[in-house]
Amino acid sequence: MTKQYRIPGRGRVNTARRVTFTFDGREFQGYEGDTLASALLANGQHLMGRSFKYHRPRGVVSAGSDEPNALVAVGSGPALQTPNLRATQVEIHDGLVAISQNRFPCLKFDLGAVNTLAAPLLPAGFYYKTFMWPRSFWDKVYEPIIRASAGLGVAPTAPDPDQYAFRYEHCDVLVVGAGPAGLAAALAAGRAGARVIVADETAEAGGWLLSDTTSRIDGKTGAAWAREVVDELNAMPNVRLLTRCTAFNYGPHNMVALNERLTDHLAHPAVGQPKERLWQVRAKEVVLAAGALERPLVFDGNDRPGVMLATAARTYLNRYGVACGRRAIVVTADDAAYRVALDLKDAGVTVAAIADLRPAPDGALVAAAIRAGITVLPNTTIQRAHGLNRVCSVELAQLLPDGSVGKGHQWRADLVLMSGGFTPSVHMFSQSRGKLVFDEELGVYVPGQSAERERSAGACRGVYRLDRVLEDGARAGAEAAAATGFDGSAPQWQTGDLDEPGRGGFAGALPRRGKGLRAMAFVDYQNDVTAKDVKLAVREGFRSIEHIKRYTTTGMATDQGKSSNVNALGIASEALGRPVEKVGLTTFRPPFTPVTFGAFAGHAREFLFDPVRRTAADGWARDRGAVFEDVGLWQRARYFPINGEDMEAAVRRECLATRSAVGIFDASTLGKIEVVGPDAATFMNRMYVNGWTKLAVGRCRYGLLCRENGFVYDDGVVGRVAADRFHVTTTTGGAAGVLNMMEDYLQTEWPDLDVWLTSTSEEWSVIAVQGPLARKVLAPLVDGLDISAEALPHMSMAEGSICGVPMRLFRVSFTGELGFEVNVPSRHGRRIWDAIWAAGEPHGMTPYGTETMHVLRAEKGYIVVGQETDGTATPDDVGCGWAVSKVKKDFVGKRSLALPALKAPDRLQLVGLLTLDPSEVLEEGTQLVARPDEAVPMHKLGHVTSSYFSATLGHSIALAMVAGGRARMGETLYVPVEGRSIPVKVTNPVFYDVEGARLNV
Amino acid sequence: MLLIRCPYCGDRAEIEYANAGEAHIVRPADPMAVSDEEWAQYLYMRDNPKGLIAERWRHSHGCGRFFNAIRDTRTDRFVMTYEMGQPRPTIDSEAAAEAAR
Amino acid sequence: MSDVMTASQARFDVAAGPDLRRWVLQGRDAGLAAGAAAFGLSGVPDMLRTAQVAGGTAARLGPHELVFFAEPDRADAIYSALQAGLKDIPSSLVEISDRQVAIDISGPDVELVLSSLSPMDFNIRAFPVGMATRTLLAKADGMVWRTGPQSFRLEVWRSFVPYMTEYLQKVACDVRF
Repeated sequence: MTKQYRIPGRGRVNTARRVTFTFDGREFQGYEGDTLASALLANGQHLMGRSFKYHRPRGVVSAGSDEPNALVAVGSGPALQTPNLRATQVEIHDGLVAISQNRFPCLKFDLGAVNTLAAPLLPAGFYYKTFMWPRSFWDKVYEPIIRASAGLGVAPTAPDPDQYAFRYEHCDVLVVGAGPAGLAAALAAGRAGARVIVADETAEAGGWLLSDTTSRIDGKTGAAWAREVVDELNAMPNVRLLTRCTAFNYGPHNMVALNERLTDHLAHPAVGQPKERLWQVRAKEVVLAAGALERPLVFDGNDRPGVMLATAARTYLNRYGVACGRRAIVVTADDAAYRVALDLKDAGVTVAAIADLRPAPDGALVAAAIRAGITVLPNTTIQRAHGLNRVCSVELAQLLPDGSVGKGHQWRADLVLMSGGFTPSVHMFSQSRGKLVFDEELGVYVPGQSAERERSAGACRGVYRLDRVLEDGARAGAEAAAATGFDGSAPQWQTGDLDEPGRGGFAGALPRRGKGLRAMAFVDYQNDVTAKDVKLAVREGFRSIEHIKRYTTTGMATDQGKSSNVNALGIASEALGRPVEKVGLTTFRPPFTPVTFGAFAGHAREFLFDPVRRTAADGWARDRGAVFEDVGLWQRARYFPINGEDMEAAVRRECLATRSAVGIFDASTLGKIEVVGPDAATFMNRMYVNGWTKLAVGRCRYGLLCRENGFVYDDGVVGRVAADRFHVTTTTGGAAGVLNMMEDYLQTEWPDLDVWLTSTSEEWSVIAVQGPLARKVLAPLVDGLDISAEALPHMSMAEGSICGVPMRLFRVSFTGELGFEVNVPSRHGRRIWDAIWAAGEPHGMTPYGTETMHVLRAEKGYIVVGQETDGTATPDDVGCGWAVSKVKKDFVGKRSLALPALKAPDRLQLVGLLTLDPSEVLEEGTQLVARPDEAVPMHKLGHVTSSYFSATLGHSIALAMVAGGRARMGETLYVPVEGRSIPVKVTNPVFYDVEGARLNV
Repeated sequence: MLLIRCPYCGDRAEIEYANAGEAHIVRPADPMAVSDEEWAQYLYMRDNPKGLIAERWRHSHGCGRFFNAIRDTRTDRFVMTYEMGQPRPTIDSEAAAEAAR
Repeated sequence: MSDVMTASQARFDVAAGPDLRRWVLQGRDAGLAAGAAAFGLSGVPDMLRTAQVAGGTAARLGPHELVFFAEPDRADAIYSALQAGLKDIPSSLVEISDRQVAIDISGPDVELVLSSLSPMDFNIRAFPVGMATRTLLAKADGMVWRTGPQSFRLEVWRSFVPYMTEYLQKVACDVRF
């Protein structure tokens, strides 16, 4: 059974190693070296999938990455299934589980196939025309139908347990493709001494040479020659040959992405072995040697299983030892198919006839076929292929002198081999933005002027005969190497017994007899686009090939139109009455073949997805069961629950403890910038809205930074360490941005200033000690430093040491209480934290997190940039007009603040809000209106920016930005929420210790 | 990923850089002396040429320096990079044509 | 997992770097020259190059920037010399000893491992011994200094150390295949 279609003595598979796999639950056997497609064909199984739209039974068409039909899902289980793989590229191994796609309930009998009967109802643009109205159907009816019936494979539902690797690489010459041109190029460049990478998408280098058993290079078969070249390349330390590695994206400046599949072909990958590796290769020069793709012919029934590309059958025969059928009909417009017929006949397959579309084919291969006794029918087309799950017969018909098609004759066949000639694979060249030019003689687009440092060689630029391919490749390799400074000569080889492929070709739909109203001649197999669809698009007024592509979806499937583009172009050209070169070609988009998400994610998942930044006291907080929140990349303790407290209870306790005794808070994540130089004060004056000239050494000031448009960008306390040295703090999230903005002004606008900026964010661990007992806790620790109210008043700083560790001590407060911020070098952060904790515990010290910090500052009406501000608030809007220097001639944002719009009295201004019900905590972000009974849409006056329950005050508090808010003190506004409106009173935003008495103790 | 030549560090990949907008936009020496319209011009109005643009980049993950670059917006090809403070160089037609390719 | 790590260590090793003091010197040409001289160098190192004195290394990471690394026992002397040498020259000397942490990596796979983290070319022709630069290492800013044909010192900001070491170890496992 398994050897049914296997031809002894042919192929490169290892017949000594039998491999067992399953397809749609059925067990099959193949040999080591088989692809899923070749193994199934060896078992006589052509039917491998169902089509996308009409659910027609489909067989394998090609033997490579251009395969549009035989898409399978490989793997089993919710996490391990990879959908949409081409059976022609899946290498079998023991235990491989593959299933077909787009079929329900099973491959041979598919309910969706009724779509074929409804085909007249599913023309091009069907979705656009049908799923238009009523609008209410969009989400609930149309989308579910479209989603269920469209789509290819099924995505895995569980996280991917596989590993994926990533690597950047650099080389002098990157060669894409390891067929004859690519191998010749790599050899030339490698011998010259250049750093070379060669990538080939298949398992074995050699390309077409592995399928061509007749040509000779230096007296050897192509495969033997390829083996020798591969051995030589592998022996060169400057050359890296990658197989199973697809170049899928040609990025700018010669960065080419490769996707290497490391384990898909293995039954038992090594422990820890990555499944795939994504390479980003920066090449000085690129040689594209991507080969050419054979074109299908477009005729009624050209998608029947058993209808396939002629050269694919040769590959299955010579590379895998598989005959694709017993009785073949060849339909061709090119000589190459004659060689396929000869090889098949030689292997014992009956070749019933070769129908040649050309009126008088005359090549050497034609003569050889006739000599071999094969019936050659010139000037003959195929009208139709019959059969459902497998082709059984075809109708061949004479092409009449007037261009019409004569009476047809039925020919029995289980294999129909078609060849519309070759299309150079210009995908990567097109991705590189190179300009394609139409080659009149070949009737196809070939690479024209390059945009990148790149050259094409061999079949991908329309050079087909093997001797010329080798010469072209060797020259490209040598030139590329020379361009990177490695001179060498292009190697040469003697060739013999060469065929002459690519002399003919056909683009478009084959002529047919009759109107063919029910004929289904496919242009794009994967998206089920027929010749009629393309013609219809033109009839409906689409003129641009880009529009025709989108309307019909031809060329938009995962195969990116590899087999369909030129035929679609041919049909459009005829329908438009314009020559092909005037119609133009659509853009090829990456990826060349689909790439898994895992490959793109690479190492960047779970802990390695993003850096997780932790402070010195992080472990202490974790030991105490703190609940953390993400702030940028930082993890910050949000609250410290004890005895099963929820956040609300923990925050109330932390707030009360800090206000009544003392709290400890980790402020290490704040950004810090050391501004140093003789012009430091001048620079600060120009950057910040505040004045700095008069700030004495040892004093601090709240600094407010605007952007040039006058809107608040960042804030933080700034200490003057010395006349020429400021210790600037920024918000946690603003650290990098503020430094960048400062450098921008310094380097671009004021390069004459003698001042320099250094980030010290992570140099210092910052421990905030806040509360009436803060001084009592710290005083014994600071090695004799006088921190009394007189020596170190509010908003001052001192350098000293704590427990023997150098310290910058700031007397600052973001709580409204007596407060200190202890800055120590980060390596000592944890030790000093522990020391302060030990000293504070007897005083009832309580650790608090960011949530309590927010409540305490809101009670004081202190803003948080990014919470009260949104990039459109001026300093005055948020009640910080006092900070803006009136005497400075200039600072960043000053001119904008003078614009009328930024001084308008009805701007949103910071106010406090009190609810009538003291326990009602407003939702942040809710809107404010003047009247509860206003008709919708209501006129919005502002919004709530911060809202908390204040345990200290015993009622809720909120901050809000309200239009003309400061003139509305005492007014009642309303917060409309689901089903009701909450009345709120507008108040001063400072709710607690308005006069600031608690700070100055 | 573009390959950009930092005048100080040489060729580096795009991810080491941050684009900083059009170059040679000079901040008025005395902003308070310019009209609202002139200020708005300075703040907001930028060229969006199809072709060569002079723009600033910062080697933010490298040496940290800002510099200027001449780039063709159609092709992303750089003609040259040069230090801040230098005037916009004149580009000969041959170099411009090469960048447009 | 442990057997995987053992296997990888043969070709790649990650170790905590030495405990050093560090200062950033920024200034104009005169400032850098004075700093280099005070440090004991005959001149300012070229861009992206390092120069060494007993117990210390200077790295030219920017046109107007030198970073000094000092062994703890030489640190006070070096710092005093720098302060004295820069006293009357406009410049900025800021201690960053605790801002960043050194990680030493070495082994035959060291270039491959770095290539998984950064788009720079780590081939010894492009990145010779003695070269140092800042770059992006995966998603962390870092300094890379080639200390030998098969050894590099990385420095990243302190909070990025767990991310960086875990990344290096993960990549070291992958490059074996």
